[in-house]
Parts: sequence; structure tokens; C-alpha cells
Amino acid sequence: MTEPLLRVRDLRTYFVSERGSGTARAADGVSFDVFPGETLGIVGESGCGKSVTSLSILRLVPEPPGHILPGSLIEFEGRNLLTLAPRELRAIRGNRIAMVFQEPLTSLNPVLTVGDQIAEAAVVHQRLSRRAARARAVEMLAQVGIADPGTRVDQYPHELSGGMRQRVMIAMALVCHPQLLIADEPTTALDVTIQAQILELLDRLQTELGMAVMLITHDLGIVAGQADRVAVMYAGQVVECATTKDLFAQPGHPYTEGLLASVPRLDRPRERLHAIPGQVPAATAWPAGCRFHPRCPHAWDRCRAEEPPLLDVALGHTARCWLVAEPARRAGTAP
Amino acid sequence: MAAASWLALGAALLAAWLGVAAIRRAALTTNAGRAFFTPGAHAPARWGLLLLAAAAALALAAPLVAPYAPTAQLDIVGLQNRPPSFAHPLGTDLYSRDVWSRLLYGARVSLAVGALGMVIAVTVGTAVGAAAGYWRGAVDAVLMRLVDVGLSVPRIFVLLVLAGLWERMPLGVLVLAIGLTSWFGTSRLVRAEVLAAREREFVQAARAMGAGPARIVLRHVLPNAAGPIFVTAALGTGVVMLLESGLSFLGIGVAAPLPSWGNMIADAKDSVRAAPWSVLAPGLAIGLVVTACAAVADGLRDALDPRRARRGAEQLAPFPASWDLSAPMHDPTADAPRSRA
Repeated sequence: MTEPLLRVRDLRTYFVSERGSGTARAADGVSFDVFPGETLGIVGESGCGKSVTSLSILRLVPEPPGHILPGSLIEFEGRNLLTLAPRELRAIRGNRIAMVFQEPLTSLNPVLTVGDQIAEAAVVHQRLSRRAARARAVEMLAQVGIADPGTRVDQYPHELSGGMRQRVMIAMALVCHPQLLIADEPTTALDVTIQAQILELLDRLQTELGMAVMLITHDLGIVAGQADRVAVMYAGQVVECATTKDLFAQPGHPYTEGLLASVPRLDRPRERLHAIPGQVPAATAWPAGCRFHPRCPHAWDRCRAEEPPLLDVALGHTARCWLVAEPARRAGTAP
Repeated sequence: MAAASWLALGAALLAAWLGVAAIRRAALTTNAGRAFFTPGAHAPARWGLLLLAAAAALALAAPLVAPYAPTAQLDIVGLQNRPPSFAHPLGTDLYSRDVWSRLLYGARVSLAVGALGMVIAVTVGTAVGAAAGYWRGAVDAVLMRLVDVGLSVPRIFVLLVLAGLWERMPLGVLVLAIGLTSWFGTSRLVRAEVLAAREREFVQAARAMGAGPARIVLRHVLPNAAGPIFVTAALGTGVVMLLESGLSFLGIGVAAPLPSWGNMIADAKDSVRAAPWSVLAPGLAIGLVVTACAAVADGLRDALDPRRARRGAEQLAPFPASWDLSAPMHDPTADAPRSRA
């Protein structure tokens, strides 16, 4: 088996509030791997720690109030990113690992031309001259499918449409040909038709450049279409990790089941849409035991008392649920 | 006054006009520039800009435009306190010097002190404010307490003490002293802008791209805080000019015989009955240029703020208390309850 490109182990990112309302354990023991060239989907509801996890990888979590706990490990190409000096870290940001943000308008600087912004990473990391940087920006604009790149390169973000802005964001991220692209809800702010175009573009560029993509989303449809493997997050932890096919075919965690059941489907008789009861608990007070037990239809005493580890469901398929160890406990099956 | 002087005057004014036209052409490529130069809106601001350009052009061309040397005492008996005439458009002063020539050379000093003092103040203020706003925490606390100290020391006393160190304070020292005591307000403003800008997503995007702190501050944060900085700079020029005039009037600023608008008033104040023109000319010049600065600042503020862009310049910027050297910091009448009419 190939070595993972990125290895995240027991990542704990906590936020300490100044008012003393407690510590928010936004990421609380997150572990997963990203292998070279693959797409890993990270799914979960709002507030489950997806974004904090992705920001922690590049150490972009604002400190204070946030901090990453010492026992955490984020290993990229054999180096722990959490112990790098700021200068070494900057050499990786935008160069080996790049990021695409959710909101393409606010993530672009309104006073710089898109060309300047696309070329910025190349100027920072490769010390390109002005002329070379501009040529590179034009080339990148063409590569992300923007018509008339020679004109667009000198325009400002407000002169572009939402879809074009997101293409510009992708061009910015890819200008140094990173090994890993972290895309944090890259299509949430876009129309559905534009979404499909952007995802197609990401797919194409991933094949062309051979990079790995970490796709963070709450949209299971996007995951089904794009990801090779999926990590499902809940309450600051990865609760299930499997290949996309396995996950959709036989989810191992009741939360994943709930997520899948809450997707509207055209190929089934129309019925009331399933909703997972309750809501994600506050990050300052995760429930004891299994963090999903207050919302879980199968929960029993053990779930309330003991926190389950990631248990093997099958080869390459893990779930953080006692049902894996005691399948007979599943509600609706005879004991 | 010779024909050559009139010709030079015309040429200087034409140059000022062309200069403003060039600024306008360049500005029309940006949104804020278009808002500033929209016909109808910001008329005082555009007149102010023209006036400032004219003043600057005349100051630069002073040796060509001025009919006499600024310190030449032409005829101490025959030409003392003469009213305006064709030979002396603004009359002569007590020492038989041509007021128009002195006004032109005085503009060099007054405008240069105003502009340079403002450049120093805005540069220092921006640097301090950006550092405090970007790094926050201890840096912020130390710098801002420093600013509090600076704001609480009456500037006039600092300048008086400095003036005592020299027989004649060199012009460079005066500019530096004015600049280094004028940046406190700017630094607070810039800090607030930077605090807001650093939280914006594109700053995080720049960080994710591997940009270092210097690059983030200079390229991503400050350009997005440029509007208020421009406005303070325009307003500040007027404030600094007034301060220079005040100091020169008190005799601790620009030293005679080098003319500045402030010491021209000081020189002429004793003969104000005999020769009111020698006081009026520099006084009006100060008033006009400072008002022009305020008008330009006001227009800039409207033009740079999209929310105010449509409303035009309905009011001039209120004069801050610091403009008046003698005024107490706190106006006791301001809090007095208003009697009901």
C-alpha cells in the first residue's frame, strides 16, 4: 500500500472563550489519511468541525482564541506541520498544499486585479518576475476555462461573475501545482449549473496535475460524484471512514445512515423526508459516551457510558459505533 | 510688475489646470475617481482641488512669477505700506517689501511644511496603526498607550520647548516636530481599519497562499484601508498648515526674513490699520487653502465610501478642536442642556 500524502492523527483544535463560557472542542481527536492523487470527501453538518480541521492543517486557525493541542499530528510528506517554523510553513502554504475557500467574492481582494492575485503564490514561492507572473496568470486563467484570459487578467473581482470568481480562486490555488488541494465547500455559494461546471473543472485539473483533493462539503450528492473515499464527521470527530461505494452501500454508523436517509430521492416512492432528530450539540459540551447517542435510535447503556473507538467494519471501512462490535443491539432486530 | 511675471502667472495657472485635468483623466478609470469627478456632485471638492493645484503651481513657479525678491526692501521711505497698485498687486508691507512676491515665496514654505508634515504624520500613523491592528495583543496595548500619552500632551508646549533649543529652529526640525506630534489620531484610525480588514476572508486566503506578514499588511490589508487614510491626509495638510501659521505667528515657527504665511501676518499685524492688505493677503491665502483641503477631504470621503456616493457633499467636514491652538480640549458649553425655545 502506498504511503499517505497527509496523515492526520488525533487532531485536537480547541477554542478558549474569553468570557469563560468554556472551551469549544471544535476538532477533538480527528484522524484520517489522504493518499496521493485521491479525492477524500469530508462530510458533516454545520458545526461538526470540518472547516476547523481543514484550517488546522495549514495552521490558519486564529490564535488566540484557537489552539491546536500538543498531542496532535499533521504529517505531510513525512513532516509534522504542527512543529514547523513559520518560514517553513509558509513555504508549504500555497505551494505544496493549497486551499480554495467557500465564498469566492469575499476571498478575493477587491483592490487587486485577478491576475495579480493568481500570480501571487508563484511570486511568493518561485520569485517570478512581473512579466513572467502575468504570463503565468493568463495561462492559469485559460486552464480553468475562462474565455479571453488576456483581458480578464487585468480585471477586478467585482467585474466577474460568481462562477468565474470561483474559477479564479481555483487558478490561484493551483498556480504552484500543489500536491494537495483543500477545497472547503467550493460550490456552496454557486448556482447548481455552475456547481457542476466547477466540480467538473476540479476533476479535470486533478487528473491533469495528479494532485490529491480534500473536498469538504455537506452535500452528499457532491461526495457521491467526486470522492474516492469519504470521512464522515460528527461532533469534532471522524465517525466513519470508507470508500464512497462502501459508505453508500452499507453505512456502518447510524449518523451516516441518517444522513443518507435525509437526502431526497426521485427513485423511491414519495414519503416524508427523514430528519435526524435533535441537533449537533454545542462544541463546549459534547455528550459523554458516544457523542451521537442522544440522537441515535439504537443507543443503549454502553453508548451512554463508553466512547467507542473507530472499529473495523470491513477492510478499509471503519466506524465509531458500538453496533459494529454488537450488531445484535440494532433496534428492530431480535436480541 | 513686468509682463514676464504676468506671463509666468498665466503659465502657472494653465499648468495647474492641466495638472488637474491629468488627475481627472487618471481618476476616471477608478470607481471612486468617477464618483469624485461626477458633474454636480462634490463641486466644492473639485474647486478645492483646482485651488490647491493653483497654489502648488504658483509656489513651484514663485521665482518666475514673483516680480521681486521676497526679502528685498525696495524703498524703505517711498514704498512703505503702499496700497495695491499695478506695480504691486497686493501692495507693500511695513518694510517696503512686495506682498505679492512674499505671498508666493511664503506659499513655498507654508505648503511644503503642510505637505511634508502631513506625509510624516500619515506615514508614522499608518505604520504604528497597522502594526497595532495586525499583531494585536501586547504590541497593540503598548503602541496604543503610547498614542494615549501623545494625545494627552499639549502639542504647543512640546513645540515651545523644542523652539527653545535653537536660536532659530531649522525648517527641517519644524517639519519633523510638527509631523511627529500629529500622527496619533491617524494611528488610531488606521488601527481600527486594519482590525476590520485583517478579519476579511481574502486576508486568510493570502495567508493560505504562503504570504508573510509584511506582504499581507502592505498588499492586502492597507490598500483596503486606503480611503480613510487619504481623507485624513487631505484634512491633515490643512491642519498642519494652520499649526505652522500659528507657530510662525507666535514667532517660534518659520523665522524671518524667510516668508511664511504665518509670519507674514505676524510681521504685518502692527500696521493692520495702515496696511490691512499685508495682513489680509496671507490670511485669505491660509483660509482658502485650508478650506480647499477640507473640501477635498470631504469629497474624497464621499467618493471612497460607496454608501455615501450618491448623497454628495451636503456638509463640510466639521473642524476638529485641534485646529484652534488656543481652544481648550473640552468645550464646556457643549454639554450644557439646551433651553427649550
